[in-house]
Amino acid sequence: MSMKVSARQVDGVTVMDLSGRITLGEGSIVLRDAVRDLLSKGNKKILANLADVNYIDSSGIGELVSAFTTVKNQGGELKLLNLTKKVHDLLQITKLYTVFDVKDNEAAAIKSFN
Amino acid sequence: MTAKQVSYTFESTLETINSAEEQASRIAAAAGFNEDDTMSIAMAVREAAVNAVLHGNAYDPAKKVTVAFEQGDKDLTIVVRDQGKGLDVESVPDPLAPENLLKQSGRGLLLMRSLMDEVQINASATGTEVKLIKHIHGNAGDPQEAVQ
Repeated sequence: MSMKVSARQVDGVTVMDLSGRITLGEGSIVLRDAVRDLLSKGNKKILANLADVNYIDSSGIGELVSAFTTVKNQGGELKLLNLTKKVHDLLQITKLYTVFDVKDNEAAAIKSFN
Repeated sequence: MTAKQVSYTFESTLETINSAEEQASRIAAAAGFNEDDTMSIAMAVREAAVNAVLHGNAYDPAKKVTVAFEQGDKDLTIVVRDQGKGLDVESVPDPLAPENLLKQSGRGLLLMRSLMDEVQINASATGTEVKLIKHIHGNAGDPQEAVQ
């Protein structure tokens, strides 16, 4: 299953709903392009909803890190929402769980940007 | 019970990575590993295949990647080989070091070691061999059914 992205605006925050696999190749490119597109439109508060991301490899993790630093370097914030157990475990293994701001409630996550 | 073996040879392409992962998932599930372990095995094989295709063979169409599976009574062993210049493991930066945490790449070996019970790397001037071992616990299936 390839990755899909859709974006919606909630109280000034762009919620990026991701689904499928973030892996080397198409999945990573889709994520990269989506973040670049949001930034180019001035959307710098980004909440990446990973509830339907069932698989991520080291390239996908690298792409998440790249998105995080790209948004941060442009004065914005990228936070993660609703990690699946596998993605949660992988972020723990890679010590990135404490680097990312990880949320498990969308409403609270939206408020945390303001 | 004797061990059962199967081996696949792949081109150095992105499709190889998906194929290796799919074979690993199929064989691990048939061997009786639970869903979580099956996913871990498939992910580790994927990471080894990524290294073989990208860093080992560097997409060279003249070089192949082989993925060999062997199921014994106690373990499932997967060996991923490339025909590159040989990985210098000592030169791979520690992805958990604070200065490397935000690097985009370099986590493949870490994930393999976390997902599998044993990881052995043998590198030479003619290629790198990554051996991934997962111990079989409990109700593992008949190897004849898993690896064929």
